[in-house]
This record gives sequence, C-alpha cells and structure tokens, in this order.
Amino acid sequence: MASSGLELLWVSLPQLGKGAAQTLSISFLSIALSTVGGVLYGVLCSLNSKWLNTLLRVYLELFRAIPVLVWLYLLFFGLPIFFGLSLPSFWCAVLVLSLWGASEVGEVVRGALHSLPRGQREAGLSIGLSGPQLFGYVLLPQALKRMTPPTINVYTRIIKTSSLAVLIGVVDVIKVGQQIIERTYESVLIYGALFLFFFFICYPLSAASRVLERRWTQA
Amino acid sequence: MTFDYAFILSTLPAFLRAVGVTLQVGLIAIGTSLLVALINATLLVFRTPYLQRLVALYVELARNTPLLIQLFFVYFALPALGVKVSGFAAAIITMTFLGGAYLTEVLRAGVEAVPAAQLESGRSIGLSRWQLLRYVILPQAGILSLPSLFANFIFLLKETTVVSAVAVPEILYTTKSYIALYYKTYEMLAVLTLICVLLFLPLSLLLSRLERRLQHGQFGS
Repeated sequence: MASSGLELLWVSLPQLGKGAAQTLSISFLSIALSTVGGVLYGVLCSLNSKWLNTLLRVYLELFRAIPVLVWLYLLFFGLPIFFGLSLPSFWCAVLVLSLWGASEVGEVVRGALHSLPRGQREAGLSIGLSGPQLFGYVLLPQALKRMTPPTINVYTRIIKTSSLAVLIGVVDVIKVGQQIIERTYESVLIYGALFLFFFFICYPLSAASRVLERRWTQA
Repeated sequence: MTFDYAFILSTLPAFLRAVGVTLQVGLIAIGTSLLVALINATLLVFRTPYLQRLVALYVELARNTPLLIQLFFVYFALPALGVKVSGFAAAIITMTFLGGAYLTEVLRAGVEAVPAAQLESGRSIGLSRWQLLRYVILPQAGILSLPSLFANFIFLLKETTVVSAVAVPEILYTTKSYIALYYKTYEMLAVLTLICVLLFLPLSLLLSRLERRLQHGQFGS
C-alpha cells in the first residue's frame, strides 16, 4: 500500500499543484494586502484623532467578534444580495482574509508604535519633519524589530485560515484532495499529505518568528 | 427587499439550540484543552526526558496546521483506519488537539516569566518539586498567563464555527441549513451576525480592555 500510495501522490502531483497554487495565491495576496492595511491602520491609530480612532476601533472589534468563516459566508452570500455585486469565491476569500489580517497586523503595528518613547516623535517634529517623514524615517524603522516577529505569526495564521476558502467553493488544494479521495478512497494518505503541506509552509515561518523574537528582545 | 420577520421568529428556537451547541462544543473544548495543557506544562516544567520532546513535537504539529485539515482527518480519514467518530466527537477531539497546543504554549510562557529567583528561593527553603509547582510556580504563572488564556478561550469559542463543516448543528451550520431549505438568505445572515455580535463582542471588548490596561501597567510596575 505504501508504494501504491506514493505512486498515487506522484501521479496526482500536477493536479494537487494547481490546487496548491490557488491556496498559496490566496495566502500571499492576503498577506501582502494585510501588511499594507495593517501599517496604515497602525499609523492612523497613532495620529490620535478621536473620530478616526473610534472608526478603527469599530473595524477592529467587528473583525475580532465575528469569526473569519462567518465573514466569508457573509460576504459570499451577502454581497450579491445587498449590493448586487457577485464576487468570485477566490476574491471573496482574499478580501476577507486581507481585512481580517489587516486588523491583526494593525494591532501589532499600533502596539509597537505605542511602545516607542514619546521623545522620538517630539524630536522628529521639532526638527521640522512632515508627518510621512516622521513615520517613514523615525517611528516605523524603530518599531520594525518589535513588530516583525508577531507579524510573521499573523502570516502563518492567514495561511492556515486560507484553508477555509474551500468551504465557499474555491478549488484549492483541499478541494483537489477531496476529488482524489472520491476517486481512490485514499483519505488517510491525502489528508495526511495535506496536513504535511500546511505544516511545511507554516513551521519555518513560526520558527523564524521565534528566533527573531529571541534575538531582538535580548539585544 | 423585504424582511420576513415572521420567518425569523419561527427559526428562533432552532437558533437558541444552535447557540447551546456552540457554547457546549466551545466550553467542553476549553476544559479538555486546559487539562491537556496542564499535563503538558507539568512535563515541560519538570523537564521529563523524552516526554518533553514529544510535547514540543505535538505543539508544533498542532499549531502549524489548519483546524479544518485536522477536523477532516479525524472525521473522514480515521474511519478508514477503523475508528468511526460522530461529527460532535470529531469536533471535540480536534479542538482539544488544537486548543491543547495553544494553551500549552501560553502556560509555558507563563512559567518562563516567573523569575528564576522565585524557584531558587523555593528550593533553598526545601520545597519538594510538587510543592514548588503548587505553591510557587502555578499561582504566579497562572496570573501571568491569565490575559493570554482568556484570549485563547475566546479564540476557541469562535473556532467552533469551523466544525459546521462536519455537520455539527451549531450557529453557522444552522444558518446554512435554513438558507439551503428556504432561501431566506438575508434574514438568516442577519440573525447569524446578530448572534455573533451578542455572543462574542462583549467577550472581545472585555479582552481588548484587559490587554490595553495591561499594556499600560505591566505587572510589578
């Protein structure tokens, strides 16, 4: 069985590869958009504008209170009805994961900026830096070490959560696996392979996050 | 677009039951995860040979794979190995597998945060290992881990929506069934959103307050 199992995996590789490409595309797009959105969120939070903070807080709490899977269904079924806008399930997944990821990365960035000494901001402003210069040259570079390890952890969570896309009909690596199981009944082998697929993507990232955290908190 | 309030009213008993199932799965999983984590943390604190490596391996495997894959493995692949489980059992098993790993990490971090001098003083006044654990480490590590523990409890409670994928009749599964049966899509999505907001928002607000307060006044300062 072992040899036939490996053989099955080998011949299914092109098919699984296509599914994996979908899974990874959703993850990478969401990670990129989360990062941009998260930095924007963190910067906007530290502007200390009252109504802006309220708005961002509502956004954060909505994404914390409503589970990602529920958001997926809300947008997938809700957008066509409420806005007459039909988003393909792939983009629906990217949208939800990015919005959720941005709130998570955003809280990390906010916390890191908050932890910088006040004097940094005052010194920057006093030498006449503009707002973008202050954040681009003074605050964000200093916050980088503090925010990188937890942000990498958010990335692994985005990759893991991208698995939920299969539930709104994306033909990702899990769906392809299920199709192979329907044909061959090799459920242990396929789900085992899927388990390892995600593990070998996420484990290096978590390990890197841990190493960086240890290195940078000691320095 | 009209809103069918009578229909919503007629589904209320089913949704009340669904909230019950969500809480049941969530609370049982939190309890079993905590138990697993306490055992693991004890093995790690005492540096039990071999077993502590096994615990580390388990934590990495569980934390770096999606809950959905773990769930599908237990529900769809274990029967092929001769172990048949119901959707509910699969949900509890998988969420314990995942939650146990997360909580082990939380407790381990809490134990590591207890100052080394505490352990040394405990040993120097002649406490046994169990006394050290019971009277010195656990009370302090417990307090230190409290916010993270609480965050993970909420996380687990929210993750119960994923077990809708194996037909456990919790809130999301109930919503999906009603949409499939009666096409009352927006009524049901509205009910689902309302339930999430009522159930999870107070908890998540409490957590945010706790986190931001702790950020201001770190322990001991």
